[in-house]
Amino acid sequence: MIAEIGHFAMILSLGLAVLLSVLPLYGASRNNTMLMNSARPLSWGMFLFLAVSFVILCYAFYTNDFTLQYVASNSNTQLPWYYRITAVWGAHEGSLLLWVLIQAGWTVAVATFSRGMPQESVARVLAVMGLITVGFLLFIIVTSNPFIRTLPFFPVDGRDLNPLLQDPGLIIHPPMLYMGYVGFSVAFSFAIASLMSGRLDTAWARWSRPWTIAAWLFLTLGIALGSWWAYYELGWGGWWFWDPVENASFMPWLAGTALMHSLAVTEKRGTFKAWTVLLALSAFSLSLLGTFLVRSGILVSVHAFASDPARGMFILGFLVFVIGGSLLLFAVKGAAVRVRGNFDLVSRENALLGNNIILIAALVVVLVGTLLPLVHKQIGLGSVSIGAPFFDMLFFWLMIPFSFLLGIGPLIRWKRDNLSKLVKPMIISGAISVGLAGLFVTVLADHFSGTAFVGWMMAIWIISMHGFELYERATHRHSFKKGITKLQRSHWAMMLGHIGLAVTVIGIAMVQNYSIERDVRLAPGESFQLNEYNFYFEGVRDKDGPNYDGYIADFEITKEGKYINTLHAEKRFYTTAKSMMTEAAIDRGVTRDLYIAMGERLDDNKSWAVRIYYKPFVRWIWAGSLIMSIGGALAISDRRYRFRKTAKNDKKLQEQEA
Amino acid sequence: MNPRRKKRLGIILAIFFGISATVGLIVYALNQNMDLFYTPTEIVNGKPDGTKPEVGQRLRIGGMVVVGSVKRDQDSLRVSFDLADVGPKVTIYYDGILPDLFREGQGIVAQGVLKNATTIEAFEVLAKHDEEYMPAEIAEAMKKTHEPLQYSTEQKEGSAK
Repeated sequence: MIAEIGHFAMILSLGLAVLLSVLPLYGASRNNTMLMNSARPLSWGMFLFLAVSFVILCYAFYTNDFTLQYVASNSNTQLPWYYRITAVWGAHEGSLLLWVLIQAGWTVAVATFSRGMPQESVARVLAVMGLITVGFLLFIIVTSNPFIRTLPFFPVDGRDLNPLLQDPGLIIHPPMLYMGYVGFSVAFSFAIASLMSGRLDTAWARWSRPWTIAAWLFLTLGIALGSWWAYYELGWGGWWFWDPVENASFMPWLAGTALMHSLAVTEKRGTFKAWTVLLALSAFSLSLLGTFLVRSGILVSVHAFASDPARGMFILGFLVFVIGGSLLLFAVKGAAVRVRGNFDLVSRENALLGNNIILIAALVVVLVGTLLPLVHKQIGLGSVSIGAPFFDMLFFWLMIPFSFLLGIGPLIRWKRDNLSKLVKPMIISGAISVGLAGLFVTVLADHFSGTAFVGWMMAIWIISMHGFELYERATHRHSFKKGITKLQRSHWAMMLGHIGLAVTVIGIAMVQNYSIERDVRLAPGESFQLNEYNFYFEGVRDKDGPNYDGYIADFEITKEGKYINTLHAEKRFYTTAKSMMTEAAIDRGVTRDLYIAMGERLDDNKSWAVRIYYKPFVRWIWAGSLIMSIGGALAISDRRYRFRKTAKNDKKLQEQEA
Repeated sequence: MNPRRKKRLGIILAIFFGISATVGLIVYALNQNMDLFYTPTEIVNGKPDGTKPEVGQRLRIGGMVVVGSVKRDQDSLRVSFDLADVGPKVTIYYDGILPDLFREGQGIVAQGVLKNATTIEAFEVLAKHDEEYMPAEIAEAMKKTHEPLQYSTEQKEGSAK
């Protein structure tokens, strides 16, 4: 009975979403205030009914209601309660419901924080978001309903959640990722709304900016969490596999990063308008493309959801509608956008253009690498796979001009600048980069690696140039001590964003070049020497969990005779899901991780296959992403995005636009 | 040329070189890193269009692990096993830890280098975390090779004669 209420609430929400996508738009075209004002309450209604529906699905999982097919396939009475709740988004149907709920959440957020915007724009933006929600709700109700019953013959117990997903990392990874994916629908809706009204002014860019940064921030965190989860849970010790599904999340990130920077130019200088709109459209379209790739089952991937051709066709149709419709609108209205691009070759505009071009080139690389195997197969040339070295190599080469530009970009002025005053800091900073990079590579590693050297060089270049920029900016009017407190939050945001990238680059350079991975054969009592670390295999003991049989292998690690840590690597057999899982044991550290994962017991019944990894600086990759995200959060909290709420200021804003 | 045109020409040339460098790099990297997928039958008999992989070529192979064929070295992690779909077998050598779900009779995909006509030195072996799962590539390949194994038109004509 309760599940039916959830189902019903979902359908009601669809009804409200349909109204939301029609009424305010009609009102905006007819200048009807009442219809336009309906957008906010309709958004709230849509969100609340979806929330009811979602809570009911959670309740069904919590109470082990196996009369629901979705619950029976993804949960089990043995599963701990917290994993029963997170199992809601452990598979296709529930994760889509979460997706739509988040979509409705963003809609409500826009409805709430858009008081300073003209009524007409709000109505249009919310209507476009409603339209997207309609698409996803129809998709759920028609092809992937989580509320389908198994009655009258329901199973006594469920089939259990995929053991890979029974992990704290997975509690937060999908919601974060979806927040990011769906968040780009806000920038998308702003772009569509302003194309409709034909008003692509700087106010539009100013409104879109905080939303874009918020979406980007969540996507960054979501991707970093996914990478971290894959590192410790899959037992391979890799942090990025260039798996099609990872690529599907990386593409909107690249487009979103380009969008953030291009929006800055549009807001500050009023140029790049058409390009920014196109980026806003593509960031969300790429999110949808990712969904299509993941859920239609056309890709072979570790993440692939159970697939169903009907679902693939539906999303493909939706994708064509969204991308085709928005590009059509862009073609019709975008041509009217005329900008007098008045800037010199050496200007911040051009530096940001360079940034955008490189980001888009990277996007194309990922797109080609992900879709080429599909195309290759469809045109009958047989199936192929494109290996990680393809991406690694291209990203290495793209990163070099990118980080060079990143270093000088913030120092170049808008409109026109002269490089001659930058020559000195560039030479000094270049010398520091080469010197320090050489020092770090020789001190931290046992052999010289060219790519690691270049990686360090790029990172130090970025950091030192930003240090110089910070000094210049702070001492511009005041003494350094006073000036540094006067800097705006948005300036610190840029600093953190760029330095975060440098930190990630250091992590990648070290891990990719100096990781040591050994698969060894060890029996209890034996030990293995990896560089200065000695791994002593103490033995194996039993340890069973609530829904699995497991055992633990203990390893004592010493470094030149000194005790470091005892690691407990686990092997679990999940009885209901009938699958074997490896839980890696990791000794974490700032400059290195020591990683042990158990393989299988070998034929002599005594020795084991053991994976022992040495991963230098791997945490820096995620630390960098975290720093970037903090930068994003600072940018959103900057004063200039807190829109004036009083009527007087409202009027002023409108006058400015006119 | 006036300075304005000169500047434009410069920008266009820069973009042109940028694009050609990127495209060139992509094509080069693709050539290095694209691995074709074969079934054991295709490695021995060639693909339907007659192409056979060359010795030293990097490739992906998918098939079922032949029951009773897994052999382990006593002192190291070196392992060898036979892989087959419906036709001839191919031997895979691998140095390292097999995935948790690697089992005899189970479908796997391996990536490696062809050593000689029927031997592959693998650097990666993949199996999916699912009992009933068969990699899509294998399922499809087995479907393909199944058909000629029934009766070809020639055989049918032969029996009619």
